[in-house]
Amino acid sequence: MTADQDGFGNGGGSRGSRYDQARYVDDGQYEPLLSEKDRTRVEIDGDDSPLPDDLTRDSLELPELSEPELARHYTRLSQMVYGIDSGPYPLGSCTMKYNPKFTEDVAALPTAAVHPDRSDRSIQGALELMYRLQDYLGRIGGMDAVTLQPPAGAAGEFVGIRVAAAYHEHNGEDHRDEVIIPESAHGTNFATAALGGYDVVSLPSNDAGRVDLDALEAALSENTAALMLTNPNTLGLFERDIAEIAEMVHDVGGLLYYDGANLNALLGRARPGDMGFDVMHYNVHKTFATPHGGGGPGAGPVGVVGDLAPFLPAPRVREDGSGKGTEPAYELFDPEHTIGKVHGYHGNWLVLVKAFAYIARLGDEGLLDASAKAVLNANYLASQIEYDVPYGPFHHEFVASAGDQDAADVAKRMLDYGVHPPTTKWPEIVPEALMTEPTEVEGKDTLDRLAAAFDAVVAEDDETLEAAPDRTTARRIDQTSAARNPRLSWQALDDE
Amino acid sequence: MHGTDTTGSPYAPHTADEQAAMLEAIGVDAIDDLFDIPADVQFDDEFGIDARTERETRRLVRSVLGRNDDLTELLGRGHYGYYVPSLVDHLADRSEFLTSYTQYQPEISQGFLQALFEYQSLLVELAGLEIANCSMYDAATALGEAATLADRVRETSGHRVLVPDLLLDGRKSTLSNYVAGTDLEIETYPMDDGNVDLAALEERVDEECVMVYAENPTVRGTIEERLDAIGDIAADRDALFVLGSDPIALSLLRRPADVGADVVVGDASVLGLPTSYGMGLGLFACREEYLRQVPGRLVGASEDATDRRAYTLTLQTREQHIRRERATSNICTNQAWVALRTAMHAAYLGPSGMIDLAKRGVTRAEDLAARLDPIVGVKAPVHDRRHLREFVAHVDQPAAAVAADLETYGFAVHVIDDHLLQVCVAGVPDDRVDAFVEAIEGVMG
Repeated sequence: MTADQDGFGNGGGSRGSRYDQARYVDDGQYEPLLSEKDRTRVEIDGDDSPLPDDLTRDSLELPELSEPELARHYTRLSQMVYGIDSGPYPLGSCTMKYNPKFTEDVAALPTAAVHPDRSDRSIQGALELMYRLQDYLGRIGGMDAVTLQPPAGAAGEFVGIRVAAAYHEHNGEDHRDEVIIPESAHGTNFATAALGGYDVVSLPSNDAGRVDLDALEAALSENTAALMLTNPNTLGLFERDIAEIAEMVHDVGGLLYYDGANLNALLGRARPGDMGFDVMHYNVHKTFATPHGGGGPGAGPVGVVGDLAPFLPAPRVREDGSGKGTEPAYELFDPEHTIGKVHGYHGNWLVLVKAFAYIARLGDEGLLDASAKAVLNANYLASQIEYDVPYGPFHHEFVASAGDQDAADVAKRMLDYGVHPPTTKWPEIVPEALMTEPTEVEGKDTLDRLAAAFDAVVAEDDETLEAAPDRTTARRIDQTSAARNPRLSWQALDDE
Repeated sequence: MHGTDTTGSPYAPHTADEQAAMLEAIGVDAIDDLFDIPADVQFDDEFGIDARTERETRRLVRSVLGRNDDLTELLGRGHYGYYVPSLVDHLADRSEFLTSYTQYQPEISQGFLQALFEYQSLLVELAGLEIANCSMYDAATALGEAATLADRVRETSGHRVLVPDLLLDGRKSTLSNYVAGTDLEIETYPMDDGNVDLAALEERVDEECVMVYAENPTVRGTIEERLDAIGDIAADRDALFVLGSDPIALSLLRRPADVGADVVVGDASVLGLPTSYGMGLGLFACREEYLRQVPGRLVGASEDATDRRAYTLTLQTREQHIRRERATSNICTNQAWVALRTAMHAAYLGPSGMIDLAKRGVTRAEDLAARLDPIVGVKAPVHDRRHLREFVAHVDQPAAAVAADLETYGFAVHVIDDHLLQVCVAGVPDDRVDAFVEAIEGVMG
């Protein structure tokens, strides 16, 4: 199909097709695809190609639109996206904080745009920033050494698992083939342990929503490589027995892994390293307020205690001793028993720049206050809603139960009240879970508005909920048909 | 009220009165009462990180990054300084895009979902394969995911993965980590004058191979001349043929689907991102038969309750948040915003612009090599092949010393051996190329 055939463009690659927004809505879509505005096929032939035909493709067919048309297309698309700048986003476990604007500016500095193969001596600025960020994160987590390489939290988990495996192997303990994970843990923990080649031992919670020490005792053995835990856990509950848990894991020779997804609750009040964790990842896009970008990029630096430092990914940054006065010099180096690399280069560098700027802006007082307000907000919101909140006391997030209502429908209906809903149906230990994390950036008025949305929905019948949303850009979307009849590109739509 | 106030979080809006009202509503006297942390694990010290005003922080970062030397980078290998149009910065930076998260609620995320659907479609056109996901971290991790996919879909008797011996260290090492928890074994095959040594490859591929990986262009910038033969060798032994490439190369070079590729991986951030110290965007496209085994997120078209077309994340039963340890991958947060930028840049260029950029990569590399070759003590290119964007040059003097001297002239190049340099023209303005030729004349003279 070409632009000519569908009548949307002038065809033939000429720029200047027009479209009328209302017309497309009437045509059964909210915004046409670029391919529906224009599709131009450009032939590649030997005459004006610097390559012989047998090395080239025959043609390329893509939209060819003018810059103003593209500006309108993407502006229109952005208007159909809800971000933290649009309103509250209390998506439990995701820590959707407001992202300060100045960090975008510093990440966009021309001096941040360096090639990863530059010599150490020519990028002292990049190395210094990484060194200082390693140092910041080490202090915040109570860890002795930090790598910035993992490009996301799950990648950080993978580094943790690989480092644990390398450590055990180095000690002649490669028989350790089990990783213990609480049932309420993030799904990535299970997938990461499996990717690392481990058998997953699932750990049930006790009646209070915390690690069941008897179950842990039963799960631990000489085969235990690690226990993966987050604290506070996904119910927002602090694992008060953490010192004992650490001792139990260490007694059998296992390592304790901290999932940093919930670190925002603890800044300046408790540190994973002090609790007995041996290895942890930091979700800088959560705790340190770098934008989530519609699902990434994030960054998942990993901190470890001293014994594990030699196994961290290569390269890391250190001072090389050749610096003069107030300008130390830095170099990349490979840790002695490094596992190698988990990313082609240094991870999501621009995200790291933003995280460094954020931490430098807040300092001790700001970080301490962030967790204070995050915990205040979660507790206040929980106190203001009618839904049952079965466990407590909680820190930065709470899990309410929608009871007889379907949590997914509750979420759809909340969209009609102009707010992003909580995470739904997880963790599964709470029936019809509404996992809610307001973060520190919401004020009382916004929380009251959120509570009003919760309470409006509590009172509504199933029919209303099932018909929701009706005030959003798109109405309820048919997930079943999307999965049953996958159409994953505009080319797939052509075949219909 | 906040402005230059650095006490407390500048992004928490609570006034003292509001805070008091909230504490009263909760029924506690102070925020400290809300923390349920046993004394033995409380942190009572300080981090020792000074708070700063926004202005001070900007100055700090500017001053730290200002220590980077301002060099013209003739560096490539997957990261290029192509000019990124302002359109991309301005529209991708619209805060609705930038500050949203994964599209768990599609009804309020249509714009991002559609942009990702368009990104997937771009890759489908470039690769000629039916499926593309909406991003992995980078080329190295996408290669790792391809290997674990091969392990799942190939019922061969063994677990051998074959990669070129010139594979970039970062990719090789990342791949090794990805397969460390599997039975897969990574082995290399030799290259011949920059391209795959077909005879050697054929000798090494047997029924125990699950995957053969090749790149086009190669790490040395050469264009692979016998891709179809590599595809045949893999297919004959029922091994997956995984091809590494990127959107600009794919705009001009042979279409992966036409040479028997089963999976295409690579770094798509050649479009949309400056050289961000190695930050990338893993592209992943494959044949439809692997749909249920694809790692990462997929956006699909559907309809909403008014029968209008609408988009949603789909086939999530493959993913870690549902399938946990049986998921196809542990990837959760991905590179969605970078994918958006890449799609925008590609849309800006259009098919003509993308092809032109690729063609210029061929002619400019040829031209530069032709200007370097006559310089005494230089042979360029070393490989008697066609090149895209970059090539290897031999220098009589020690390459490391030449590169160090070039830095004093303001240029960065790769050192790959005692006497081998690699030089890339992509994104380098013509006048800087001229200056580089003069610089290398000066260094060699």
